[in-house]
Amino acid sequence: MTTVLEVRDLSKHFGGIHAVNSVSFDVNEGEILGIIGPNGSGKSTLFNCILGQLHPSSGEVRLDGRAVTGMRPCDLNRLGVSRTFQLLQVFPELTVRENLILAAQEHRGSMVSRLFGARDAGLSGDADRMIEFFRLAHVADEKAGALSYGQQKLLDAAMAFMAGPRLVLLDEPAGGVNLTMLANLRDRLEAINREEGATFVVIEHNMEFVMALCSRIVVLAEGRIIAEGNPADVRRDPKVMEAYLGH
Amino acid sequence: MSRSRLLFGTLAGLIIVAGLIAAPFGLKPYGIYILTLWAVTTIAAIGLNLTLGYAGQVSLAQGAFVGIGAYAAALLTTKGWPLGAAYLVAGVSCFGIGWLLGYPALRVQHHYLAFVTLAFATLAYLVFRNEEWITGGIYGLSNIPRPNLFGYLLRTPRDFYYFCLANLALVSLAAWWLIRSPWGRAFVALRENPVRALSLGVDTRRYTLMAFALGAGLGGISGVLYAPLVQYIDPTPFSLLLSLNLLLMVIVGGSGYFFGPFLGAMIAVLLPEWLQAASKYYLFYYAAFVMVLLIVSPSGIIGFFERRLAAARKAAAPPVPPMAEAKVAP
Repeated sequence: MTTVLEVRDLSKHFGGIHAVNSVSFDVNEGEILGIIGPNGSGKSTLFNCILGQLHPSSGEVRLDGRAVTGMRPCDLNRLGVSRTFQLLQVFPELTVRENLILAAQEHRGSMVSRLFGARDAGLSGDADRMIEFFRLAHVADEKAGALSYGQQKLLDAAMAFMAGPRLVLLDEPAGGVNLTMLANLRDRLEAINREEGATFVVIEHNMEFVMALCSRIVVLAEGRIIAEGNPADVRRDPKVMEAYLGH
Repeated sequence: MSRSRLLFGTLAGLIIVAGLIAAPFGLKPYGIYILTLWAVTTIAAIGLNLTLGYAGQVSLAQGAFVGIGAYAAALLTTKGWPLGAAYLVAGVSCFGIGWLLGYPALRVQHHYLAFVTLAFATLAYLVFRNEEWITGGIYGLSNIPRPNLFGYLLRTPRDFYYFCLANLALVSLAAWWLIRSPWGRAFVALRENPVRALSLGVDTRRYTLMAFALGAGLGGISGVLYAPLVQYIDPTPFSLLLSLNLLLMVIVGGSGYFFGPFLGAMIAVLLPEWLQAASKYYLFYYAAFVMVLLIVSPSGIIGFFERRLAAARKAAAPPVPPMAEAKVAP
């Protein structure tokens, strides 16, 4: 099994607060890894450090064995690492199609070709496929801001997949999504994982969703990894129970 | 967009262009001068609309770039250089200075950025006024010649008006192209959500600097035309007031809309002339209008009409069938 992402002794301090404290784990090619933990356990900070949105205080992140610690998010994204955010992040004034084209247009060509080349950067076909795949065809030319919350959530995920990433980090994809849409989303994520072989790391609070989707789970509490393993084992781990229920 | 809307747009565009071409035949030289001033000002406003309206970067320095362009044109053409040289010098130097002015925007945003650019505008004004050895100080530079076009001297107001109108047309086409290219999309993404844009591979640093540089470059081009229009320049018109005025034009017209700057510049340049009768109260009316407009429609006049149009279309269109999924409380 090939390791796509290696996180080694990653720490992030904010003043005296250790938001992420010496965290190490590997992500294997093609797996869906879940990261769970109570509120404030450092999950999103960990994502932000891995993705260059925050500079880690210490530690290292490696992508395919190559150190990418502190690399700018845009450069990391072009290496095939994509993400979604905890809060919905689409571009409300762009249409669904344009949101998708934007999500991949910087991955090919140069600044010059993007100025003088095709308006859609040759991505209309990819965008249409993504629209079809995420079942957004009926709103393809609506402004993203006019979509329902659930549809925006699907678009948000679709944007993360638009450039054909190898590794996708999803921060609470199920947050605020209703049951029908949730099943739809899980189905789409599993299909991409199966068909494209994309690797996922998923932060999620919805236990049912994460247990069903992920093959392996890492549990964070107070910035540290307290448990790691398959969903069934993690669910029974007394340390995990304690972290969730309090001391 | 629907075919009827496209047809309507094309027709309206043709009528306006024909009107602009025919206008000088019905106007006295002063009227033509005002119309030329509108064309020249619009170029600067288009530039600011790129920086502010599309890329979302506040700049209170656009007037300074118009000044740099105007001084470059005045200095070069009074020494016998053709206006083409001024385009090159003003365009390149404003682009370069605009690029450098973009660096603070990588660190600060919104009103803080406004203060940084305001400082630059003030600095530029002080250079125009105090560096007499080059700018002529408060006495300014006079006898700025009208340009030659392929050996034909654009001496009459009408000829020079057409020259400026052609410049405006070229700038508009270039801006239209840019806005519709992937760059335009990246600018809007930068304005709406820079963090998300960055995570999608958009090099926000490069696009931010580019937005400043391009906006500033167009400010410079506007100045290059302003100098031979008035034929005498001193520091006064390039004070902070011009930057504020340009900002107001972009916002009143409709920031982030292609035709916003055209309309905004029209209101700022032409309206005072039409309201001559109310000359004493003109500023009062203008201020009242702007205040009411920004309360009713923060997205300017075009934004106001666009919303009305969208509402009318929605009322006319058959109701959309309900989606399979229900609305969810976030």
